[in-house]
Amino acid sequence: MTNTMTLQALAQDDRLDPAKAAVEITAVNKWYGEFHVLRDINLTVRRGERIVICGPSGSGKSTMIRCINRLEQHQSGTIVVDGIELSNDLKKIDDVRREVGMVFQHFNLFPHLTILQNCMLAPIWVRKMPESEAKELAMHFLEKVRIPDQAHKFPGQLSGGQQQRVAIARSLCMKPRLMLFDEPTSALDPEMIKEVLDTMIELAEEGMTMLCVTHEMGFAQAVADRVIFMDQGQIIEQNEPKAFFSAPQSERTRTFLGQILGH
Amino acid sequence: MNMHNVSWVRQDMVSPSARPDRQNGRLEWTRKNLFNGWVSTFLTLASVAAILWLAVAVAPWLGNSVWQATSLAECRQLLDGAPGACWAVIRDRWPQLLFGFYPPHLYWRPVLAFALLFAAFAPVLFRSPPARALWFSAVYPGIAYWLIWGGSLWFPTAVYLGFAVAVGLISLSARISHGFAISVAILGAVLWWLYAVEPLTSTANALLPITLDVVASRDIGGFLLSIVIGVTGIAMSLPLGILLALGRRSSLPLIHLLSVVFIEFIRGVPLITLLFTASLLLNYFLPPGTNFDLILRVVIMVTLFASAYMAEVIRGGLAALPRGQYEAAEALGLDYWKAQRLVILPQALKISIPGIVNSFIGLFKDTTLVMFIGLLDPIALAAAIRANTNWQGIYWELFIFIGAVFFVFCFGMSRYSMYLERRLKTDHR
Repeated sequence: MTNTMTLQALAQDDRLDPAKAAVEITAVNKWYGEFHVLRDINLTVRRGERIVICGPSGSGKSTMIRCINRLEQHQSGTIVVDGIELSNDLKKIDDVRREVGMVFQHFNLFPHLTILQNCMLAPIWVRKMPESEAKELAMHFLEKVRIPDQAHKFPGQLSGGQQQRVAIARSLCMKPRLMLFDEPTSALDPEMIKEVLDTMIELAEEGMTMLCVTHEMGFAQAVADRVIFMDQGQIIEQNEPKAFFSAPQSERTRTFLGQILGH
Repeated sequence: MNMHNVSWVRQDMVSPSARPDRQNGRLEWTRKNLFNGWVSTFLTLASVAAILWLAVAVAPWLGNSVWQATSLAECRQLLDGAPGACWAVIRDRWPQLLFGFYPPHLYWRPVLAFALLFAAFAPVLFRSPPARALWFSAVYPGIAYWLIWGGSLWFPTAVYLGFAVAVGLISLSARISHGFAISVAILGAVLWWLYAVEPLTSTANALLPITLDVVASRDIGGFLLSIVIGVTGIAMSLPLGILLALGRRSSLPLIHLLSVVFIEFIRGVPLITLLFTASLLLNYFLPPGTNFDLILRVVIMVTLFASAYMAEVIRGGLAALPRGQYEAAEALGLDYWKAQRLVILPQALKISIPGIVNSFIGLFKDTTLVMFIGLLDPIALAAAIRANTNWQGIYWELFIFIGAVFFVFCFGMSRYSMYLERRLKTDHR
């Protein structure tokens, strides 16, 4: 009885409606000083969709996903995340950040806290979760990324790949509806890239909505629903991975793919 | 290994072996560090000679120390022309150097306050304080004030109630707006301190008198004064410095401007100028008839002075943190204050520990400057002791004693900072 009621309540919560967009970016422009970094970006991400964004450096791909949780501010256009439009309203920004997890190129773990504390911090202070519950949750996700035995070490004692997996676990502890990955494997030794990608693939298979800036084309082919190519602050081409890699439409995309896959 | 051939495969792995013994011995260490070439040998011998010379020069003076005498003349008589220290002056006058003109039968009060100081500091300074102990740290300033200056216990209680008023006003008006609540709370507390503390103290004291003999500020001196000014300055300048550092890095133009102006003004003015301002000029600005204690004024000035330096030290720590730490905190949904408190400041303060303790030590030693505005710090008391005909002409012993006591405090702070750095070292670089 209670179960059905909860389900109904959940169904009425439009934020869980799979037909609704997780992210809607409409006509977004952004400038750094005089430099036009994002030019007329339009992108809709459906719930559960996995998107890989690639492009040469300086093409604005990182800036674009950083706009989604307002680490960067856009100057025109609208960004709606989970039904919340991003504006200068700090409360709305906090609401969005609570729902959006982010994984950085340089992990950005908090070096003064243990792995476990890193994961418990946000649930306790942002979600107001009791400590015991936060600990349980943190251990759950640390097990999921396969490093529960390192929980009481400090980030500096872990390898790069382990640190990145902790960073993923730390984001997951906030139970985000959407995960942003900003070149998660670019700072890793080749030996460690696989362990991080495996974790991300697992996450994708569980149906997490993901936006991933990466040059790991194997990953894109394995999990992406859509691959987006950006250059000079614009979305040049998007397609499903098979078509994107086998038959790129634009000349720029072909050149880019030729450069990263060519050797 | 045949290097002419490109293709080569290792057949057997080399297992680790012990380092040769010859390189580990003490003799080897001595040779490497003390007699490594003729320059090194010369410097070693010269240093040893200098140390020996110093010891030979100082030893008779220390060895002939006189502890029992009532005047310098008596000391000289006892020494009979031989070089010797006259420590009798310390034996005779140490209470004065420690307490100034504090009434001797009340010495237990500052001593108790000093002992409680450690109890108050312990939970702040050392690992995992029980939350209850922090309450004692919070009420300690009131207790210490009451013990040292005496008077009615109701006075510090009424002052503390001002904070309760502020908290009450915040919770009442928080619904309207955050900034409004804070302004109302500050205004309420100030009004409380100006108009309610006095009548409340006298009323409560009439009903239930709990009083200690009053000791006037002018009687408080010596290391008691240095420690009162130093400890208050240290305890207040750190939080104030943190706020100023955050203010200087703030993106809000008004707050940024105010912080920059404050820091640059205070840093640009010598402390002695501020102390003269405290002792002389404030009288012109304050409403006539206000009795604003000189020690309190000095404490405020010293705190402001130290906090400007503190702010810059902490700003250095904040600037040293990679941008990613701020971004990660933001991305997790922590708001500004939580991010600062939980992520940024713990790291920035850790980086700044050497600079912070440097400022603390500087502040503590700067307390001797208050002699210029007529407060009786240890140096001023040394002059006062010399003014007595019994001890006229004695310098070294007094200054060595004062220097030694300062050294104990400053060295203690320095060792503590090193302990703290070791304890907080989690980066495993």
